[in-house]
Amino acid sequence: MVKHAGAKRGQTGSSGRGRSVGTGCGQTGSSGRGRSVIRLGAVSLRFERRGLFVMVLLVLGILAVSLASLLIGDYGISFDEVLASFMGTATDRLVAFFVMDVRLPRIVAGILVGAALGVSGALFQTLSDNPLGSPDIIGFTKGAATGALVVIVVFSGGTVALSLGAIAGGLLTAALVYGLSWHRGAPGYRLVLVGIGIGATLGAVNSLLVVKAPLGNAEMAIHWMAGSLNASTWNEVALTGAVLAVLAAVVCWQYRALGAMAYGDDSAIVLGVRAERSRLILMFTGIMLMSMAISLAGPISFVALVAPHLIKRITRTAGTALVGAALMGSLLVVSSDLVARRIFAPNELAVGVVTGSLGGIYLIALLAFEWRRRRQ
Amino acid sequence: MSAPADNPSPPNLEAQSPKMVQAVSAPADKQSRLYAEGLYVSYGPDDDVLHDVSLAVPNGGFTVIIGANACGKSTLLKCLARMLRPRKGAVILDGNSIGSYQPREVARRIGLLPQNPHAPDGITAFDLVARGRYPYQSLLRQWSPADEEAVWKALSDARITNLSERTLDELSGGQRQRVWIAMALAQQTPILLLDEPTTYLDIAHQIEVLDLTHALYRQGRTIVAVLHDLNLAFRYATHIVVMKEGKILAKGNPHTVVRRALIEEAFNLRNTIIDDPVSATPLVIPLMSR
Repeated sequence: MVKHAGAKRGQTGSSGRGRSVGTGCGQTGSSGRGRSVIRLGAVSLRFERRGLFVMVLLVLGILAVSLASLLIGDYGISFDEVLASFMGTATDRLVAFFVMDVRLPRIVAGILVGAALGVSGALFQTLSDNPLGSPDIIGFTKGAATGALVVIVVFSGGTVALSLGAIAGGLLTAALVYGLSWHRGAPGYRLVLVGIGIGATLGAVNSLLVVKAPLGNAEMAIHWMAGSLNASTWNEVALTGAVLAVLAAVVCWQYRALGAMAYGDDSAIVLGVRAERSRLILMFTGIMLMSMAISLAGPISFVALVAPHLIKRITRTAGTALVGAALMGSLLVVSSDLVARRIFAPNELAVGVVTGSLGGIYLIALLAFEWRRRRQ
Repeated sequence: MSAPADNPSPPNLEAQSPKMVQAVSAPADKQSRLYAEGLYVSYGPDDDVLHDVSLAVPNGGFTVIIGANACGKSTLLKCLARMLRPRKGAVILDGNSIGSYQPREVARRIGLLPQNPHAPDGITAFDLVARGRYPYQSLLRQWSPADEEAVWKALSDARITNLSERTLDELSGGQRQRVWIAMALAQQTPILLLDEPTTYLDIAHQIEVLDLTHALYRQGRTIVAVLHDLNLAFRYATHIVVMKEGKILAKGNPHTVVRRALIEEAFNLRNTIIDDPVSATPLVIPLMSR
C-alpha cells in the first residue's frame, strides 16, 4: 500500500554505490546500493547511509525540541540557567525545580512514550503486512485504555496497577482481535476490519466506564484519556524506562527475524527463522511497548500509525526501520507536547489532542492518496 | 534457447552417480541425504493431503514431482523443507530427524523457492539475493566477506550480475524468477527445492528458468522441483515422482516410468505418448475428451 520510493532512487549506480570500510573490501557496490559496511574482526555491521543520516538528523531534532521545551514556558528560563540546573549550581531554586523536576521528566517521558509507540506501530505494521495494522487503528490502544480505566475507575489504583491494567487490557484485546480474524493463516485485511470494530466497541465501553464512575475518579479518568504528559514524575519515568529497556533488548534479539518475516512467514522459515515463535514474541513485545506508553501518558493517538510511515518515506527503505520509527515517534511526541503546552498558553492542551489532529490529517491524506493511486 | 545437450538418460546418470537409480527404487535408502518416511499430512479431519508418502531424494539428481492440482505435490515439498510438520511420519536430513536441527542449520542445507514469493517492488535484485545470507548472519555479523562473495557468486550463477542494481518491478517475469533462484543460491545449500518455478511464465521464460535449474543440477546440487508441464518435466528430470490424491503412484527415470496408462491414471486424461523429437524423452499428447 505504501509505495516505497525505491524505484525512484534517482541516482545512477555509481553515486549510490556501497563502499566497504575496513578490511575485506571487495568489488565496488558489494554491500548493496547506498549501503556501507564497518568491519572489525568478526564483527561486521551494514547500514544504509541515507538511513543513518536521517537518524542523526532526528536525534538533533529531538535535542533541539527538548532544549526549546526546557526554555519555553510561563516561567521563562534562560539557557545559562538550564545549564546551571544540570550542573546543580543554579542559584534560583525555583528554576532548578522547573528544569529538573517539572520540564525534564516530562520531556524524557515524551521521548520514551514516542519511541515505544513508534516501535510498537512498526512491529504490528510489519507483522500484519499492512500499513493500517497499527495498534491505534486495530483497537489495541483502546483495549489497553479500557484496562487502565478499569484500574482507575473501579480500583482507584496507582501507577503500577495502571500499567498492569493497560497491559492486561492490551493483551486481551489482541487475543480477541486475532482470535476473531484468524482464518487459516495470517489475517491481513480481516485483522484491520475486525480490529476497527472491536476498537469502536471498546471506545463505547471506555465512555461508559467514565460515565458510571464516581466523580473524582471520573475526572481523573477523563484527564488520563485525553493523553497527557503533564505531571510526569521521575518515579513513573524510571519505572517505564526500565521496562522499556528490557523490551528493547527483546526487540534487538528478534530484530533480524522480523526483517526476514517482512516478506511472509514461508520465506522466513526457509531462511531458518522460527516464524511462529518470533511472531508471538514480537506481538507480545509490541503490546507491552504500547501498554507501557499508554500507562505513562494515556492513549496518545496516531503516533504508532504515523511514525513508521514517515520514517519509511524519508529513508526510502523497503525494510523495517525500527530505530528510525522510535526516533520519529519521540520527535513527534516531544514536539506535539511543546505545541500542546504553548498554543493556548497559559492553558494547556493534552498532547493527545495535538497528535490526534495531526494524525487525523495524515490519515485522510494517506487514504485519499491510496484511493487515487488505485484508481489509476 | 536450446534443449540441454546432455539430456539425462540412464547411462549418463550412472556415470555421474551410480547410486541414484537404486536410491529411487528403495524409498528408505539411507544413502539419501534427504528422505521422507510414511508422511501423513491433513489440514482437516479425515482429509489426508498426504497419505503414507515415502520418498528418498536421490543425491545429486534432478527430481521432478508431477501430478494433478491438489494432489499434495507442494505439501510434500513443504514437508521436505520442514515448513510443514507431518501428522505422522518423519523427514530425515543427513541421518537425523529434520525437526531435531536448529532451523538455521536446516536453512544452510536446504533451500526452497516458494510458489508465490513476495517482496516489495522497490527492492533491488542485489538486496533480495542478499537476504539469502540470513542463516549465516547475526546481529553483530551482518555482512561478512563470505556473504559478499556468496551473493556475487549467486548473481553470476543465475546470470543476473548485470541486473543487480535493478529493482524487481523493472525486471521481466523470467528475470525476476532468476533473482529468486539466486536468493536461494546465496543460501549455498546442497539441496534446492523449487515449487512450480515456471508457473505464470511464458514458454521462453520457462525454458530460461529450467535451463538455469539444470545448470545448477550439473554443478552437483540436488534439485527437487514441482512442475506442471509434463513434457518439460520429462525432458529435464533424472527422476520423476508421479502423485495422485496424496499418494505416490510411481517414481523413477522418466524413460522407464512414464507410460500412457500412468498418465491417464494420474491426470484422468486420455493420451498418447511419443518420443520428443528434440530430447528423445517421453512426449505426452493429450487426446480430446471425446
